[in-house]
Amino acid sequence: MSAVIEVSGLSKRFKNVTAVDDVDFSVEENTICGLLGRNGAGKTTLMQLLTGQDFATRGSIRVFGETPVENRNVLQRVCFIKESQKYPEEFTAKHVFRSAPWFFPNWDAEFAGRLIDDFRVPLTRRIKKLSRGQLSSIGVILGLASRAPLTFFDEPYLGLDAVARQIFYDRLLADYAAHPRTVILSTHLIDEVSNLLEHVFVIDEGRLIIDQDADSLRGSAVTVVGTRAAVDAFVARREVLHTDHLGGLASVTVDRLSQSERVEATEAGLELSPVSLQQLVVQKTNIPHQEFEQSA
Amino acid sequence: MDESRPIFVQIAEQIENDIIAGILPEEGQVPSTNEFAAFHRINPATAGKGVNLLVDDGVLYKKRGIGMFVAAGARDRLVAKRRDQFQSEYVRPLVTEAGKLGISETQLVEMIRQEGAE
Repeated sequence: MSAVIEVSGLSKRFKNVTAVDDVDFSVEENTICGLLGRNGAGKTTLMQLLTGQDFATRGSIRVFGETPVENRNVLQRVCFIKESQKYPEEFTAKHVFRSAPWFFPNWDAEFAGRLIDDFRVPLTRRIKKLSRGQLSSIGVILGLASRAPLTFFDEPYLGLDAVARQIFYDRLLADYAAHPRTVILSTHLIDEVSNLLEHVFVIDEGRLIIDQDADSLRGSAVTVVGTRAAVDAFVARREVLHTDHLGGLASVTVDRLSQSERVEATEAGLELSPVSLQQLVVQKTNIPHQEFEQSA
Repeated sequence: MDESRPIFVQIAEQIENDIIAGILPEEGQVPSTNEFAAFHRINPATAGKGVNLLVDDGVLYKKRGIGMFVAAGARDRLVAKRRDQFQSEYVRPLVTEAGKLGISETQLVEMIRQEGAE
């Protein structure tokens, strides 16, 4: 395994906002990674830094072992699908797909053609007349058919219907299996993509708060339900993510439980229920601003 | 897929179930990692981990360049392993729940007997 992206001590400050705050991580080659977090958490800024579209305030970035800024070696291997991609005024989808091979050496026109049919993209209508979903379809097709060794999808499917999103997931998996590459997927629809991911990054207020293998993350957090006294006794020495009380009952989410702790909980008459990746991210990032500052 | 456990473990269990049920016969070929991934809509690396778990256990074996096959004797060994797990995974929770509901040991045995008779 080798790292495609290596970042250390990376920060990006705009006037009085620290969008990316002293972040260290690396991305393994040929993995599908999720970059998750709330609006304004710093996801897009981070991707702009990684693709050389903005300058870091501090820290170092290595993409394919080199700095991405103004670097042809790096950038011709990178595809960045943005949420709000702008196209020239008179462009139709046809123009977009015709010009794609100029930027992406691995462009597969035949695959793009099949995707255009799948997503039912009108080729000859002007882009500014297209719906939000059709615009997103164009981005998704570009991202898939470019087969770039490193592909970023930043919230790629605004306005895409459920059918189109399912087509995207299926085509992504199939094409990734046939042509392994590194994919970084930033999205809010965590439940929909969680099974596609091999690694998960969660960013909150510019800081990287989760950097973990998806398999070990899945099922690590557990909600413990039972009488208040029993639950409180059980979770006393553990890191608690979330607490709910209902009369004499308590429902507490803890970060992780070992197999022996699970047995211990069951024997104490407590019920354990799984926490999905989406719930885990919600609970980890649902902290009011003030409180976050203090606890950090 | 059930959220509470790692997906690769569930993939391995499903393959085991299919071997126990005879859907995947011994010495027969099993679907490829990519086929499992596409079918279950999961990451191929995750599917691969599940398959490798069974390779490590000697349940599946690889034929280079051809694919993955069910080992001879795999079914008997899986059944034996599942019997060992039966106590902790089924009997223990059953007894715990029965205790909660005030079902006595004799009543519980009687209930099991009734189920068996049907």
